[in-house]
Amino acid sequence: MSKRNQKTPAMFNRRRFIQAVGLGASSLLLPHQVLAMGKKHPLGHVVVIGGGYAGTTAAKYIRMWSAQNIAVTVIEQSPQFTSCPLSNLVLGGSKSINDLTFGYDAVQKNHGVNWVQDTVTAINPEAKKVTMKRGEISYDRLIIAPGVDLNYDTLPDLQSEAAQAQIPHAWKAGWQTVTLRKQLEAMPDGGVFLITIPMVPYRCPPGPYERICQVASYFKAHKPKSKIVVLDANPNIVSKRGLFSKVWQNEYKGIIDYKPDNAIVEIDVANKTVTTDFEKVKADVLNVIPPQRAGKPTQMADLLEPDYPWCEVDFLTYESKRVPNVHVIGDSVSAGLPKSAHMATSQARVCASAIVEVMHGRQPDQHPVFANTCYSFVDDERAMHVAKVYRYDPKKQVMVATEGGGLSAAPSAQEGKYANAWATNIWSDVLT
Amino acid sequence: MTQSQPIAASRSSYFSYFGFILLCFLSTASYADKDASSSNNIHIRSLAASCAACHGTNGNSRSITPVLAGLDAGYFATQMHAFKKGSRESTVMHHHATGINDEEISLLAEYFSQQKRATPFPLTPQTLREKP
Ligand code: HEC
Repeated sequence: MSKRNQKTPAMFNRRRFIQAVGLGASSLLLPHQVLAMGKKHPLGHVVVIGGGYAGTTAAKYIRMWSAQNIAVTVIEQSPQFTSCPLSNLVLGGSKSINDLTFGYDAVQKNHGVNWVQDTVTAINPEAKKVTMKRGEISYDRLIIAPGVDLNYDTLPDLQSEAAQAQIPHAWKAGWQTVTLRKQLEAMPDGGVFLITIPMVPYRCPPGPYERICQVASYFKAHKPKSKIVVLDANPNIVSKRGLFSKVWQNEYKGIIDYKPDNAIVEIDVANKTVTTDFEKVKADVLNVIPPQRAGKPTQMADLLEPDYPWCEVDFLTYESKRVPNVHVIGDSVSAGLPKSAHMATSQARVCASAIVEVMHGRQPDQHPVFANTCYSFVDDERAMHVAKVYRYDPKKQVMVATEGGGLSAAPSAQEGKYANAWATNIWSDVLT
Repeated sequence: MTQSQPIAASRSSYFSYFGFILLCFLSTASYADKDASSSNNIHIRSLAASCAACHGTNGNSRSITPVLAGLDAGYFATQMHAFKKGSRESTVMHHHATGINDEEISLLAEYFSQQKRATPFPLTPQTLREKP
């Protein structure tokens, strides 16, 4: 709070500008920040926290489906979008992080979305206000889409940036992905790559197993004496189990040592050594994927359930069950739906549609249905999918997977091409 | 700070994490009752938008996945039923088509036939910036 009193004139202007957006006025606008405020927005102002798959999609579709009659402002910390999907291929070596990184300019310009690069520090649902490091903003409705919060409570030694430079999670794509790739490249042949997988639910259920394939594929081609040790907190492979087991057995035989029910208990950062209830393993390259919970801004708004760290929502609108006018979409939503990018965008569109209807005084769709797909690459070329359609069950009031969804029979190069096409189209849909 | 509202019985979703609930929700509701035309039908609009991940915004794919925008409605519906029955081979579409009911297929067919073909806006990757 004290920081707010040390405001410079520039910050003051910025704050007034932001408040003005909330009021729908258009007199104090800075042109580069507000491209869409030329006309009035009689239906109000939606603020979106988080410019990932979920948040950006919701922003775009609210603008599209309201015929630009609702003002939308996104608050995002990063200057760029970096995709988690396909980022395991950076570890395998067939993609660069620069293939997966994009700007936010197109979505802002094409749809007149206001964009604020800042970090949220507080949310006041009663006053309908969001406070950031450099200002504050008011909303009629708030969408919180922060992704997951990586939870190092049980591994405090790994909390710091310095520790994560040694032992990255690389579970949010970006510089940590690059660091982990460099460590794998620098590792001598014959070394051990150790990966730890947290108990479900976590972001991207098949992701850790895809990562193992990618590293195995790199080792097979370039470091054939090296090994991968997997310490999985879960009793078995969480997603695409049969498919992954087969690939590991047939194609990466002798490389992967998979140990289920083996949660990390302690870590020695300096020696890259992990202790579980059963053993102690020393690594040359260590990748700890920590346990996860709903993203920080949902914690600030007190949206988490008392007995588990995710947000319950009304699946017709994605409005929080705990706080009115605040919606949650994407990975922070309660764990019944898989935490995938496609799922995040599907939820975002249902939420966007519902907000547009509610702000027009109409009833939202009472029977939402949407698709979800997760592709996983087993090497640089071949992929496999899990795909399901989810339908709202009015009795249970949750989204339920319909019969008929399922998995690829086997990974294939054709699906590898379609997986890349999926990425191209979802990036375009989200970012342009 | 929060005004807690009663929390409905949706906890079951937490335990269905693995997604293997094979409860078939046989819907008898008619999605079109209020508004027969697909273009104003918000149910179909959101469902169609969830195809965008693979087929592009409003069906304007910019990759090898087929463009759906402007497809003939009859052709579209026939393909969806063929995916459903398994008479058209597919890598992934059978897993999507089976989850969509006949009424939705007709409305989706109409919806996509009405979408204009457009060249998707260009999007080029960038170099990841160094941390400040
Ligand atoms: C995961 C990606 C994915 C999603 C999601 C998806 N599709 Fe497809 N679609 C494909 C692919 C790939 C093909 C080519 C056939 C195949 O291999 O499955 C295709 C083919 C089609 C075709 C045949 C087009 C033609 O020209 O013959 C139709 C129609 C279609 N999809 C409709 C839909 C609809 C409607 C949805 C949303 C409910 C949808 N698709 C969602 C990937 C997808």
